[in-house]
Amino acid sequence: MEFLRPPSLHEALEAKAAHPEAVPISGGTDLMVEINFDRGRPETVLDLSRVPELAEWERENGHVRVGAGVTYERIIAELGEALPGLAMASRTVGSPQIRNRGTVGGNLGTSSPAGDGLPPLYASEAEVELSSTGGTRRVPVSEFVTGPKRNALRPDELISAFRMPRATGPQQYAKVGTRNAMVIAVCSFGLALCPERGRVEACIGSAGPTPIRTPEAERFVEGVMEEGGLWETRGPIGDAALRRFGEMVQAAARPIDDVRGTAAYRVHAIGVLARRSLGWAWDEYRRGGE
Amino acid sequence: MRLSCVVNGEEREAENVWEGESLLYVLRERLGLPGSKNACLQGECGSCSVYMDGVIVCSCLVLAGQAEGREIVTVEGLAGEGGLHPVQEAFLETGGVQCGFCTPGFVVATHDLLSRNPGPSDAEIREALAGNLCRCTGYEKILDAVRLAARRMSP
Ligand SMILES: Cc1cc2nc3c(=O)[nH]c(=O)nc-3n(C[C@H](O)[C@H](O)[C@H](O)COP(=O)(O)OP(=O)(O)OC[C@H]3O[C@@H](n4cnc5c(N)ncnc54)[C@H](O)[C@@H]3O)c2cc1C
Ligand code: FES
Ligand code: FES
Repeated sequence: MEFLRPPSLHEALEAKAAHPEAVPISGGTDLMVEINFDRGRPETVLDLSRVPELAEWERENGHVRVGAGVTYERIIAELGEALPGLAMASRTVGSPQIRNRGTVGGNLGTSSPAGDGLPPLYASEAEVELSSTGGTRRVPVSEFVTGPKRNALRPDELISAFRMPRATGPQQYAKVGTRNAMVIAVCSFGLALCPERGRVEACIGSAGPTPIRTPEAERFVEGVMEEGGLWETRGPIGDAALRRFGEMVQAAARPIDDVRGTAAYRVHAIGVLARRSLGWAWDEYRRGGE
Repeated sequence: MRLSCVVNGEEREAENVWEGESLLYVLRERLGLPGSKNACLQGECGSCSVYMDGVIVCSCLVLAGQAEGREIVTVEGLAGEGGLHPVQEAFLETGGVQCGFCTPGFVVATHDLLSRNPGPSDAEIREALAGNLCRCTGYEKILDAVRLAARRMSP
């Protein structure tokens, strides 16, 4: 096995161009399990954990650009206000030991439908920045992830960052599992309210081959809010509309039976998560007006 | 390859390290530090917990070369000249140790918790130790140990 340890992004991209077979490693919380159990023994490993550019984040007028190597722990500590949904999702990942190492770049690299970093990125229509020595392209996250554990990364590319709008309203992330920590989601749900645009954005996790957006359910609640003038009055949504939202989200799910849960349970649980998440986010919006 | 890092305050070097080895393997098999335990090799049990550059990590999930030049502190590095660290004393006194396999990981995770939060609530203790598994104690005595250590260490 060859171990490459580039000290800068420029050198990392050159190394990837020269060794397209090289497997990148950031926090190692997915890749090391593969190596320890000899499920795959990469010929070449490209260590990205000392590339300073990947560990930075910055504000870009109304957006935040987050380097692929920023850990969950830092997202929780530093980006809770700008990206509250992603910070909530980060809090549900693994344990302190895992959050100190694991990165959203690695979550994107793995592209698991259960990845907790993904629903918040989908909901807010994040762009994934893919870099090579030839330049950088930006791909919507929903086009980056192409299937379960499959994505659009080319052999000469690295994920350098993701970019998403700063929150303009309340956001939620909810996850079902057997414990409150250390679980891969049975199913999950991310939601963002964008009051200035009258938008509700949502995404289902771990109940389909990829995370799944829920446009019909979103347009339905937006209609309820517009009709009732609720964005302005901050009045209650009403139980019937919350339940209907849950049902419409359920209709978008495409789960399978697996070791973590049955498809039927996932559909049930997704409806509950969706209804509650919208209720919590709307309550927060209403309190914001007091 | 050759690997150099600072372990428990000392410059250490390991020769003939295979590139696919974990930091845990290097510590146990090449540097003679068997305190960190190997129980799952997949980040689930926390028995391999060490500090790397001041944050706790599962050493089984750190690829050896990623530790080059880093500062590692293992459970062996916590006791002072005067004897065991108060966290270690507390685990012994409360019965938080039975077979002992999980203990180094719990001691490192508790040490980390109390350095960040000297007076943790029970919920905060559970959260901080969520990545450490024990198959013997049923956890109650471990919670007692953390509370006792917190009381003793607070000024
Ligand atoms: C005990 C345990 C608990 C876990 N719990 C959760 C959980 O609750 N939720 C969850 O979503 N995940 C969980 N995971 C999985 C894992 O922690 C996450 O997927 C994490 O985001 C991976 O990030 P990493 O930096 O450690 O990735 P790595 O293991 O370093 O890499 C993962 C993949 O991405 C590729 N990659 C990494 N960085 C880049 C880059 N910059 N460019 C291109 N490719 C790249 C790698 O080649 C590899 O294929 C858990 C893992 C463990 C061991
Ligand atoms: S041996 Fe590392 S977490 Fe279990
Ligand atoms: S004391 Fe035996 S595993 Fe914890």
